[in-house]
Amino acid sequence: MKIAIASGKGGTGKTTISCALALAMPGEVTLLDCDVEEPNAHFFIQPVIERMEKTCSLVPEVDADKCTGCGECGRVCQFSAIISLGKKAMVFNELCHSCGACARICPTGAVSETAKKNGMLTIGRKGRIRFVSGRLDVGQAMSPPVIRETLKYAAKDGLTIVDCPPGTSCPYVTAVKGCDAALLVTEPTPFGLHDLKLAVATIRELDIPFGVAVNRTNGEKNLISEYCETEGIPLLLQIPEDRRVAEAYSRGQVLNKVMPELHDALVSIPENLQQLIEGRPLQEGPVVLI
Amino acid sequence: MEIAITTAGYDLDAMVDTRFGRAPRFLIYYSKTGAFTVKENTQNLNAAQGAGIQTAMHLANAKVDAVITGNCGPKAFAVLDAAKIKVYTCAGCSLAHALELLKKGELKPAEKANVEGHWA
Repeated sequence: MKIAIASGKGGTGKTTISCALALAMPGEVTLLDCDVEEPNAHFFIQPVIERMEKTCSLVPEVDADKCTGCGECGRVCQFSAIISLGKKAMVFNELCHSCGACARICPTGAVSETAKKNGMLTIGRKGRIRFVSGRLDVGQAMSPPVIRETLKYAAKDGLTIVDCPPGTSCPYVTAVKGCDAALLVTEPTPFGLHDLKLAVATIRELDIPFGVAVNRTNGEKNLISEYCETEGIPLLLQIPEDRRVAEAYSRGQVLNKVMPELHDALVSIPENLQQLIEGRPLQEGPVVLI
Repeated sequence: MEIAITTAGYDLDAMVDTRFGRAPRFLIYYSKTGAFTVKENTQNLNAAQGAGIQTAMHLANAKVDAVITGNCGPKAFAVLDAAKIKVYTCAGCSLAHALELLKKGELKPAEKANVEGHWA
């Protein structure tokens, strides 16, 4: 099973929960850091790095001798990444979505696709945790190609935890789409609720079962728990508001160390999500910590 | 000479619009006759990306000789430059005044983009 740890709002605790979950699991687990614009799960996991791999995406290359300037490439491109001016085709790599239409449509075979580096993968291990982190190159505008390369390292069998990028646009969709279920992490603030609603609306479009985790809560009724109740969304984890968590985070320490009492709640997340996938009702009510 | 000027208005009293790719429309001025036409830019105004490139493409296809605008980014400039369209930047004045400055030779053609992409 692949579990996406996602959110609308940034800074709600996706990485904290992803790492805690990976460390809490009793068996072999794969942790993919797909927040490729600012990967940071390695600070907490501290894996032994085995190797690095380049990631590439395909962009058009124009053979000026074969180009007749017919302009077909520019007409088929939906992203203005290639245009034809007279006898000269111009390519804007940073706008290219690697669909390959320009190369297919070119009547003279002047356009070919060539691989261009856009990021790096760091591959390693820490105990039972297989660790892969994607990192987008500086100056690259589009992260989904690197996210897709990172997702290829998901375990064929067994549990994969995907630390997703924040927001609800293409990077979030790309990371979540490849998963079987998701845990949306948020905080009990108006901003947290607003972005949770966006994340929920998007994930419902994708038809992926999901639950919610609330970070920095005192365990009482709050605007997130009320929203989840109204919407019938299972609340699978609540992390208390506690200065120790922030202190540990600032030192690169994991949540499991400062709050061992969360262990059972963490371990039950994959089980609960599996039940949601199978459409079975959850056995216990929402997890509430006070 | 045909000169395209970015604007939100419909005549020479309107102001030069600072945007190029996402300018609401262009006024195309024919320097020989003093006549002008208005060309809408709605499609590019709402484009998700590549607005500057497409707008520059349209102006190249319309065979204008020069552009007067507030700001021009690197990709739009690259296309205009390849199409041998001169780019003049000026701000905070009417189209009539901008054309006057151009006639007097007080506007100098830009040698490169004057802003980063997505400056707004």
